[in-house]
Order: sequence, then structure tokens, then C-alpha cells
Amino acid sequence: MERTVWIVRDHLRCTGCRRCEIACSLHHEGRIWPEASRIRIFMPFPGVEVIHLCAQCDDYPCVEACPVEALRVDERTKAVLVDREKCTGCGACIEACPGHIPFLHPGDGKATICDLCGGDPECVKVCVEAGYRAIYAVEEEVNVNRKLFARPPLEVAQDIAVNLYGEKGLEVI
Amino acid sequence: MPRGYAGKILDVDLTEGRIREVKLPWKTLEDFFGGRGLAAKILWDRLGDHWSEVDPLGPENLLIALTGPLTAFYPGSRVCVSGKSPLSNGVVGSTTSTEFAMELKAAGYDGVIVSGRAEKPVYLLITDEGCDIRDAGHLWGKTGEETIRLLNREVREELQRSRRGPQREPGILYIGPAGENRVRNAAVMTKLFHAAGYGGYGAVMGSKNLKAIAAKGFSPLPEVAAPETVKILWREVHRELIKRDRMRRWGTGYGGYYVAADTSSEPVRNWQEEWHDERRFGGPNFQFRFWVKPYHADFNCTTSCMKISCIKTGRWKGDITDMPDYELEAYLGPNLGIFNPEDVVHLSAVIDNLGHSGINIGNTMAFAAELYQRGILTEEDLGFKLEWGDVEAFDRLAHMIARREGIGDILAEGTYRAALKISEMKGVDVLRYAVHVKGIEVGAHGIRSGRDYPTPIGYAASPQGGDHTSTTRDAYEDMAWSVFGDSAVVCSFCYHDPLIWEFARAVTGWDISKHRWCTEHGRRIMTLQQAFILLGGPDVYWDPDRDFDNPPRFYEPLPSGPYKGMKADRETVERMKREYFKAMGWDERGIPTRETLQRLGLSYLDPYLQDMRR
Repeated sequence: MERTVWIVRDHLRCTGCRRCEIACSLHHEGRIWPEASRIRIFMPFPGVEVIHLCAQCDDYPCVEACPVEALRVDERTKAVLVDREKCTGCGACIEACPGHIPFLHPGDGKATICDLCGGDPECVKVCVEAGYRAIYAVEEEVNVNRKLFARPPLEVAQDIAVNLYGEKGLEVI
Repeated sequence: MPRGYAGKILDVDLTEGRIREVKLPWKTLEDFFGGRGLAAKILWDRLGDHWSEVDPLGPENLLIALTGPLTAFYPGSRVCVSGKSPLSNGVVGSTTSTEFAMELKAAGYDGVIVSGRAEKPVYLLITDEGCDIRDAGHLWGKTGEETIRLLNREVREELQRSRRGPQREPGILYIGPAGENRVRNAAVMTKLFHAAGYGGYGAVMGSKNLKAIAAKGFSPLPEVAAPETVKILWREVHRELIKRDRMRRWGTGYGGYYVAADTSSEPVRNWQEEWHDERRFGGPNFQFRFWVKPYHADFNCTTSCMKISCIKTGRWKGDITDMPDYELEAYLGPNLGIFNPEDVVHLSAVIDNLGHSGINIGNTMAFAAELYQRGILTEEDLGFKLEWGDVEAFDRLAHMIARREGIGDILAEGTYRAALKISEMKGVDVLRYAVHVKGIEVGAHGIRSGRDYPTPIGYAASPQGGDHTSTTRDAYEDMAWSVFGDSAVVCSFCYHDPLIWEFARAVTGWDISKHRWCTEHGRRIMTLQQAFILLGGPDVYWDPDRDFDNPPRFYEPLPSGPYKGMKADRETVERMKREYFKAMGWDERGIPTRETLQRLGLSYLDPYLQDMRR
């Protein structure tokens, strides 16, 4: 099996500091721009932090769904790359993703997806540096489990809320 | 345009339903920065010439929420809430950590000024497209938990109508029932358990029928003067913060035991004592039973001093709060005679949900309990027994104060004003039991043992009174940690000297240094705050010959512990105060001199202060 970089994620270890978003936007945009960050932390209730980030499904439904072939899979990293010239901002990739993870860039309105920074993701560096390890990079075989991480943020939030707050967690989201 | 700023401030008049955008002159920003400093300047410009007549709970007062130039860039993003304080009748810069600050800047605004009073409950929704005044009838009366849940859903759904895919939550400042009912020391709340507590700005929001301000921004943060330098410094400051292991692993959540056992400076039974050795009240008893998230932080913070607690079993199942941190451990624990961790987690969740400020209401409730202990307040006055350690009784009292029911209506005036009323009602002077300075209930760090950080004049000489986050020291270092932090609007727990000064230069491009700040900006801001305190009114005025002092309790000897017998020494306090005032360029009674006003560019204050000088 082919080995690729994948970002391991553990919502329960996320502190909500969102330094990953700062690092991501500094790398891709040259500025601090949380809404343009390819990794986005949803916070539907205090303490319930959801790491929302491309899961690199083994069957790439987003690529499949694009009507203008603006999305392709990078041969080396297996990350989804967006051709911003071709993209029309139609949002078909967002609907096709089981977690609705791609988003339209707040600047140019084009589909935006994690590109793994070419195989050396910036977001994980700051999280690991801080000792949280809510996200960290591994190099391992492509596998079917990855797709299981493509879930809508509120659905994940419901799980986390119960994990943290017990029965109360059923009410807060 | 100055760097680090979004460049405009929202100016909302709720009486007229009018929304404007204002731009402040470059010089004003350079002189006052943001947050606490800028809020004081805005207040002076709008209300200064008739300050004593402005009712803090009337429509004329302003509720100001400001970021600063370093907010969201420097670690530990906060917002500063201010206005004329209904407790001190002066101005307090009251800060709290929240995503609201970053979202506001990303929406293109450095802050919001709210004046007037809405006819019925409203909230503000701020996005890149501007500000909207929304009906909040369905939110009025709701607890913190419900408010967050409802508003998050409502705003998210609205954003989703015009945007593809799931949208993120706004940052929200809100009040609970305590603020709605104008409990004078109520907090402006955010994130369920974070509070801009000192100053009573929750009551100011309530007086305006303003339930919440929600912000969601989609733009990048403002441009900075030296982007590459900021990037490097950002990594560098975080590397330093990450080394602060003890703060990161425990926050202040171990303080409930050691501040008493080690430094004898924790309030116990309304400060009748400051020492205990209750090991069952130690940090591990909180941590291993209640902490469900051991590292929790706000935007751009690696200090992560917050630890979320949840009660998982029993009658209080589902109570959520942070740690509690030291202040709430102390004020809702030993200061109420409570030494059981679960009771304190519960009370902390109750107080947060009601939108009380934990420190201040803990002080007020303990004041009431001491009066009960002394037989001044009776079961008849209260409707129930208020014994030390009775968590049910304090739970009940907190609700009564939030709703202004029965005795709660008097206690809702804050410790000082309640003391005035009860003295009159009972014909007994109870002011000696009121632990406040200039109307602001004192934070949970005593001065009598001399072992904690506040100096003997830490509260007495401060224009923010009992606020433990901004105590006076030497007219230099105290300008840096708190006055700068509150004006650049970042968290004091992320303060790093000297990196924060390099950071400030790289973001703003201004020639700002610690020395310049501590001798010019800081003193300018504190002098302006001092003028507000001296003017006071309309219901209460502070006499410089009497009120720039410690609470009477601090002159009573500590009755127990290793520092038994120690107390504040009046001569030392008077000497230090004179030295402090002199260093600030104020006269021996604390009135800023004409020369000082001139040097700091505050000459416009002189006509209002000249009659006070001897």
C-alpha cells in the first residue's frame, strides 16, 4: 500500500487556541485570516471544539463531483488541489463531501481545501510545539478509516459534548 | 492609517435606532492606544463636561467594547468593556478573553460604542456587512447556557442562508438575568464562564435593554507595520509561553488551597480570616474529579490556563464551569465558609449562568453572611438561615439577587451601596464589614500578610479600586502589566517583557517602548481615570481625604495562621500613597497637578479639577 502524509486529529485534545488557523493562513495567505484557513475549528458550545479539515477520503467524492474538473489529486501527497482558474465557486464539492469540509474562500469565492502544504503541514507544527497534539502528521498507508473523519461539524460536536458533559451534552448543541 | 487597527468603530444609539461608523484621529489612537485607555478618552470627550450628572444606569451612559492594536495578533486575545461604572462612578477597563475580539476585528471594527436605551430587549449582530439591531425578546431572562445555544444557532442559520456549507459561530458578549435586572456588580459574560467582571458593566448593558452583541468576521485581520517581524515574534512569544509549565498545567486552579495555606491572603468568611489549611480543598481534588478538558484556551493563546470542569453525578449533574479559577474558588468557597470542591464548582456554574461576577457577588454574599453571623441581618430579613458553608442558602441568595427578590434587591446594589442601605435600615454602621475600595469589591488577594503580590496601597491608590488585575505599585511597573495589557487589549497571563514591546512596535509601527509607555501613556490613562473617580456622582462621591484607603477590615489583625497578628499599617499606607501620588505627578491628596496635566496633554481636565486642589 502507498504511504502518504495524513493529519491525525483528536477533537478532545483541541484547546480552541486556533493557532493552526493562524499558521495555515499565514502560510497560504501571508496574513492572519481565520476564515481563509484550510483547517477550521468549529466551536458550537464552549469546550466543544471540532477540528474541521480535509480527511483525504480514499475515493475523493469532491473530485468526482466537480463539474469543471477544477479538482485533482496530487500524485505525491494525495491531497486535493484546486485549480482556481477553472473553479466557478459552484459549491458542488461542498455538497459532495460527507463532512461538507471544502468551503468557498472569503476573498475570491473559490473552493478551498487543505493541500497538506505540499506534504509538510504548518498547522500541526504549532499544535505539536504546544504539546497538545490535537493534530499531528503521520506517514502511513492510505486506508478506509480516513473517510470516517469527514463528518459535518455539528454531528461531531454532539459526540464531543456527550463525551465531555455526559447527559447535559445532549442539550447544549 | 495606523497599523494593527481595523480603522473604524461602530457607534450605536439604541434610543434612536441609529448606527454610524466613526473614525478616530490618529493622534487619539497613538495617545490612548485602545481598550481601557481609548475608552476613557471616548468617555471624556462625550460625557466629561457633565460627568457627575451622568447616571451610569441611564440612557446617556455609554457601553463600550473595544479591542486594541495588539488584539488577535499578540497571544491571548481579549476585549475591553468600559463605560461609567455603576459601582465606582468612575471608569474601569474590564477585560475578558473571547473570540468576540478577533471576530470584531475580522469584521472590520475596532470596537462598539452603545448609547441610549432600546424600547424592548435587543441584540446587535455585527458582520463585515455592518451592524444590525435585532429583537432579543426570546433571549431575555435566559441563562448563559441557553443564550449561547440559541444565539449560536440563530446566527449560524442566518449566515448559512447566504453562504455555502456549514458556517461557524459568532463571538458573543452577553448578559445573564443579573445584568438584565441591573445588579450593580453584574458582569458582561462571554463563552459561558468568562466575565468582564469588575465595574458592573453587565448592569449597564441591562439598563440599555441590550442582551448581547454578536460578531462574525470573514476578512483578514488588519495589516501590520512589519509583517515578517510579527511572524517571527509571534512564534517567539509562544515559545516563551509554552515554557511556563505550571501556569499551563494548573492555571490558577490550585490557588484555593495555597493562597491561604502558603501566603495567608485568601478571603475566608468575608475576610475575617485569610488563612486555612483545608487540604481537601486542594487543586488535585478539583482536577481529578471535575476537569474534563485540562487544556482550554481562547484565540491565539498557548497559556491555556483554563480547564473546563463538569459535575457528572448527583443532583448537580451537568453543571459546567471553568476550573473554577482561584478567584472563584476563593470567593465562592472559603469566603462563604465552603470547603467542598463540588459545592464550589456548582456555585460557580450557578453564578456564571446568572451572569453575576463571581468575585463581586461572592464578596456581597459573604458581606450578607457576616451580617447574619452578627445578628444584624436576621432570618426574618432573609426568609431563610444564611450560615457559613451552607451551599443551598448561597445558591438561593444568588438567584434572589439576580432577580432582585426580597433582600436580593438591596444586595443587588453591590457591597458598598447595600452597606449604606442596611446601615440606615438597621441603625448600625455596617460599612466596617464592607470589603470594597471606591465601590469595587476587592479581589481575592489580601495585603495583610505582606506575602501576596498587591502592595499595601495596591487597591487603596488605584482608580480601579478593588480590581486585583490592576493594582498600584510604583507608578512604573503597574503601568506595564495591566494598563498596557488592558489598552493593547491582550491577556496579562500572556504578558512577556520585553517581547511584548517589540511586538507592539512591529504591529503599530509606532515608536513605543516600555519606558515611554510607563512614563507617558500609562500615566496619561491612569490620570484620566483618576479624574473620573474624583468627579464621581451622581449618587456617590469619593472624598480623597477618606476614600483612597483600604477597607477597614485590612487594618484588623489576622486572627489565625502563620501570619497571625499582621495587618495593614496606616502610616505605611499613607507614606506609600504620598510617594505613589508624587511619582504620578498628583498632589499629596491624589489630585493631578496642572503641570502633570499639561505634560500628558490632558490640560482640558484642569478646569474640572482645579477647585479640588487645596
